[in-house]
Amino acid sequence: MIEKFIQAIEEADSAPKLVKAVRDLADAQTTEAIPVLIKVLGFNNPGAAVAAVDGLISLGNIAIPALLEQLDGYNYGARAWAIRVLAGIGDPRGLNLLLDAAANDFALSVRRAAAKGLGNIQWALLATEEINHAQSQTLATLMKTSQDVEWVVRYAAIVGLQGLATELFNRQEQDAIDQILKRLTEIIEQDDTLAVKARALLAQQKLSVSGC
Amino acid sequence: MQDSDLGSPAAEIAVGDSVFTIERAIADLLHGDNSSQYYAAWWLGKFRVNDPSVVDSLIEALRDESDRTEAGGYPLRRNAARALGKLGDSRAVEPLIECLECPDYYVREAATQALEMLGNSSCIPALIKLLAGGVEEAVMVTGKPHLVQPYDAVIEALGTLGATEAIAQIQPFLDHPMKRVEYSATRAMYQLTNDAIYGDRLVAGLQGQDLQLRRSVLMDLGAIGYLPAVPVIAKTFAENSLKLIALKGILEHHLSKTDDLFLSSDCMEVMQVMDGLL
Repeated sequence: MIEKFIQAIEEADSAPKLVKAVRDLADAQTTEAIPVLIKVLGFNNPGAAVAAVDGLISLGNIAIPALLEQLDGYNYGARAWAIRVLAGIGDPRGLNLLLDAAANDFALSVRRAAAKGLGNIQWALLATEEINHAQSQTLATLMKTSQDVEWVVRYAAIVGLQGLATELFNRQEQDAIDQILKRLTEIIEQDDTLAVKARALLAQQKLSVSGC
Repeated sequence: MQDSDLGSPAAEIAVGDSVFTIERAIADLLHGDNSSQYYAAWWLGKFRVNDPSVVDSLIEALRDESDRTEAGGYPLRRNAARALGKLGDSRAVEPLIECLECPDYYVREAATQALEMLGNSSCIPALIKLLAGGVEEAVMVTGKPHLVQPYDAVIEALGTLGATEAIAQIQPFLDHPMKRVEYSATRAMYQLTNDAIYGDRLVAGLQGQDLQLRRSVLMDLGAIGYLPAVPVIAKTFAENSLKLIALKGILEHHLSKTDDLFLSSDCMEVMQVMDGLL
């Protein structure tokens, strides 16, 4: 059944056909699709890439090893999509890449996807003794990203900080939470973009509802 | 790039390897060769250097005669107009209105957009004049890739400026054969009448076949702040970056503009959609 979809991808002779073929493959939700979906990320077809990203995110953690393995020697476009997959799954095996992307990638769309993803990490998959350090690094990166020149990256950093704060609350890391809350207040008072201020206020409201 | 204090004349902004100061930009604008002038004009607008002497120099550049294209265009004037739109100095309004009669289409277009940004309604009569002849005369110029006038820019500017006196002239353009012009008229009519029928027409445009048009409709919806567009924007086939910009426009339109930031449930929903597109 899946061979049919893979063949359709290889034989697609138009962009819309490719997109449909990839969607069909992604919808099949089978692990055998992983290598092909990863290949599609490098095809320079945004519609197909989006479908492949969604498919890989749905497949989840099981897709991570293949994704990380094929990241080296990738074209930049494929790498950008792969960062999106990592952000969507939140597997800590992708954490270092996400930290680097949020802070340093030259494309704002990659920085924003990574920043959001940093609020979505499946911390429980880390060894207990690694969690503290990993969360500190994540906090530091998100704090820095909350000062990005691009409004949408700052917006995404706030989303990330909200997610991280929720997790820190569960682990009772009050100092770190206070740092985040303080930063949110600063943003509300000082950011020059209204939408960013609003998102910080929303984060503050949601966090206070959950007791942070 | 680092932002420095742009108030000081010695302020520097590092662009790549070179350091380009405001003083250098002004010097280039006044005395440089054509390509330095062109770059300086762009740079001063990009970095919002609204120093009065900068504005003076850019206004002078609107009358430049030395920088010409083979086709007779005035590239420096175009860049000067664009920059003046960003600097928010209303002394530029009158000179820009004069530019609306420049033989160079792209100067007229840039001046129109600059006047829209400056937001001074004194330009409205001059803009309305550009619509003279209506849809019948709004045709392509032979041998050129553009219409007789920059109708889309003119109509959009009239919408932004709240020129309700222009409704009668704008309305016929709802039936212009070019979609881009039709959408500009639709957008302006929404801004001028607040009638949802126009907002809904734009929303329908999000499902068109042409990616470029979908992109520009996204920008239109963000500019007019049309809230009912939000769920459709989320699913539009276009780059998330543009959808986010459109949603930002809608969000900011609806946020309370008082000192107290207040999040209505509508605003929270828009942000929820934005979160999903990051």
